[in-house]
Amino acid sequence: MSLFQVRGGVKLSYRKELSSESPIVHMPTPKRVCIPLQQHVGSPAEPVVEVGQWVGKGQLIGKSGRGISANVHASTSGIVTAIEDHVAPHPSGLTQLTVVIEADGDDRWAELPPPITADFPLPATPKELNDRVAAAGIVGLGGAAFPSAVKLDMRYKYSIDTLVINGAECEPYITCDDRLMRESASEIIDGVRIMAYALAVEQIIIAIEANKPKAVKAMRDAAKADRSIRVVTVPTRFPMGSAQHLLLAVTGRETPADKRTAEVGAVVHNVATARAVSCAIRRGEPLISRVVTVSGFGVREPANVEVPLGTSVEDLLAFCGGLHPVPTLLINGGPMMGAPLPSVHAPVVKGSSGVLALTAAEINEGPESPCIRCGKCVSACPAGLVPVEMAQLIKRGDLQGAKAIGSQDCIACGSCSYICPSHIPLAHYFSFANGKLNALDRDARRQDRIRSLIQARNERAAREAEMKKAAAAARKAAKAATAAAKAAATETTAASTTQMEETT
Amino acid sequence: MSTLANRAGPFTHTVNTVTRTMLWVILALTPATAYGLWLYGWPAVMLFVITLVAALAFEAVMLVLLGQPVRARLLDGSALLTGWLLAMSLPPWAPWWIGVLGSLFAIVVAKHLFGGLGQNMFNPAMVARVVLLISFPVQLTMWVAPAPLGSTTTPSFGQALAYVSGYTPIPEHMSAATALGTLKTELSRGVSVEKTAAQLPQPQQLALGNESGSMGETSAMLLLAGGVLLLALRIISWHIPVSLLATLAVLAAVSHALHPDRFASMPIHLLSGAAMLGAFFIATDYVTSPVSRSGQLLFGAGIGALTWVIRALGGYPEGLAFAVVLMNALVPLIDRGFRPRVFGRSWRGTSLEAKSQPKIHI
Ligand code: SF4
Ligand code: SF4
Repeated sequence: MSLFQVRGGVKLSYRKELSSESPIVHMPTPKRVCIPLQQHVGSPAEPVVEVGQWVGKGQLIGKSGRGISANVHASTSGIVTAIEDHVAPHPSGLTQLTVVIEADGDDRWAELPPPITADFPLPATPKELNDRVAAAGIVGLGGAAFPSAVKLDMRYKYSIDTLVINGAECEPYITCDDRLMRESASEIIDGVRIMAYALAVEQIIIAIEANKPKAVKAMRDAAKADRSIRVVTVPTRFPMGSAQHLLLAVTGRETPADKRTAEVGAVVHNVATARAVSCAIRRGEPLISRVVTVSGFGVREPANVEVPLGTSVEDLLAFCGGLHPVPTLLINGGPMMGAPLPSVHAPVVKGSSGVLALTAAEINEGPESPCIRCGKCVSACPAGLVPVEMAQLIKRGDLQGAKAIGSQDCIACGSCSYICPSHIPLAHYFSFANGKLNALDRDARRQDRIRSLIQARNERAAREAEMKKAAAAARKAAKAATAAAKAAATETTAASTTQMEETT
Repeated sequence: MSTLANRAGPFTHTVNTVTRTMLWVILALTPATAYGLWLYGWPAVMLFVITLVAALAFEAVMLVLLGQPVRARLLDGSALLTGWLLAMSLPPWAPWWIGVLGSLFAIVVAKHLFGGLGQNMFNPAMVARVVLLISFPVQLTMWVAPAPLGSTTTPSFGQALAYVSGYTPIPEHMSAATALGTLKTELSRGVSVEKTAAQLPQPQQLALGNESGSMGETSAMLLLAGGVLLLALRIISWHIPVSLLATLAVLAAVSHALHPDRFASMPIHLLSGAAMLGAFFIATDYVTSPVSRSGQLLFGAGIGALTWVIRALGGYPEGLAFAVVLMNALVPLIDRGFRPRVFGRSWRGTSLEAKSQPKIHI
């Protein structure tokens, strides 16, 4: 299949060989799991269990909140010992409401929804399947953690004809999807077919980067089950795994700025998400574990581990032989778009594709030197921006100027920072500026709202004053009328009339 | 435990650095330089060394005066490269003070007075060349015939010292005009270009570089090889060299076809003078060229066109340095007008039209 040209991007040193040949190992359930109620994009789930209560494995502990949200389930059986604020895998170090479960070691399943084991065509409506996916708490496992059911619901709003399955895995080090495709291809394909059925699409494209030939082969073999599935090799070039860029590469459709891929008739799901869908439908199991790549030169035994959600990074690292005694930086996710972990006590969540312990040599930050205008950031930017110019404007404090040349179209991929020979932290400038701009926007909106409220109040007050005046005038007129009538009437009747009027 | 301070991503970076880039460019220049030094013997070697040492010395002085990190900046290779390019563009037997003054203009005026590395608007080496040419037209057009080291015509070390110090003037019989220069003078005397060209070195010889000219500009072949190396290493992109050479080639070919006795042929334009050095090593200077690909195409084409105009219609036989400096002045404008198209937006900046209409408008 011919591919379409995608501008920008960078060639990275992938270092996937650290873990790519390690088969997925299952980590035994730790003594304690800390499961945050928000592991997804949108509003947090609301706790539906109480402290002291026993919960079964797979039991719902957090019910999807308002708007876009997702269910959260217990990843093992045990006693809920706390529902409290706990450190979350976010660089800010901010805490999140978290359900703490002391495992009883039995790993006893709670009652699960009945599996749908029949072959295609499935004896379930797309709506039923969506509800199942939503109930299972499945979110995008590529790292974005967007609730999957919301994406499957897109068919009700847009005409969707294409399902793209993202097996690009373009981040260095990360090999969890690669292993999953090699080891569980048929499960993934089953999940893909379920999603395709739920979306009622015409074509299914599975896109895998060229540096994973074994995964491509395994997926091709498994995909023989369905002729509408095409497995496509895409060039190894970061950020090929960005949904919009992958879609452009395989279909030539360019998603409009600030819009979803559904606007151009396509939905993109990750391979691990597809497998989670299969588990939810075929076995009734909610999303309670995920495969995480533990890697980096700081880790003693890099591995791909199926981890119960809520396991602490500390336990996971211990399972992988611990860290080498060198200073390292712990990263949640890949080195390009991941974020530093605030603490080893942070739990593994649905969006954690990797836990990396990187040494300074790997990070290779280098001292910042003056920009030499080499233009490498410009040709690397997959969003078509001019990072060098935006950075200059932001340094000068001209945020509006940066906005005018597109800073808000930045997808924070980090390619510009990666490629800059002067080691200028370009991407950092843009996240700073966009954060500020958003805050300004919010402020401006709030100010607008306050202004309009004040205006509305003033108008109301003015209207009321008007009305009062009118009423008073009417009263006066009426009084004058009665006074005139009084002249014609007797004293007593006039008095009673006035009295009457005053009481009315 | 995370023992490195928290910081912003990404957490992996290219091994490329400014220094590495400069050193590769210098390496790519080496074959042509070595050939030039061999071709013109000891005087050229002396002038080359003097120019480079002067460039580094001025850089060090300026860094100290401006309170910038001396060691790191001096070792980043940018001043060395500037001095190198300047030396390559000088007449090979020019007196020592030409090299020193050139370095002064390049490093002190064109680079540091404009704000230092990355801030200078004009290509320092070309500014120096232009200023020197205007101020010292005699010294800057003192071309000599090839006198390769080891040949009978080559000056001894002592003679070289005498020439470079300015103590002894360069003997009459050693001087020889460049190909472009000869064409211009002869044309002004009414001799047709076609006739003159017949007496000039043939294209093969021009490509090799065995001719009179600047210290490092003559060997088109070796410069091309260096340029291809830089392209292969992705240190430069093809946009500037190709658009520059293509524009120059097309203008030369068309004009020559229309008026062969008035305009020189395409091979002469491409293979003699500063075309090759300029296309691959000077116009591609990061700091003074546009950052976007489309801007680079325009920039290269502009230099190619201006070079041809000055050579063919202007008063100077060679015009690349002028062309580069003129186009440098337009770079801020080009950068503003030639940004890439933003993903998901039209060239005008509006969000692209959705292809699939929403089923229900919400
Ligand atoms: S990559 Fe760095 S040095 Fe090159 S233009 Fe961009 S900011 Fe400047
Ligand atoms: S971080 Fe933003 S500006 Fe930099 S390359 Fe990525 S999209 Fe472009």
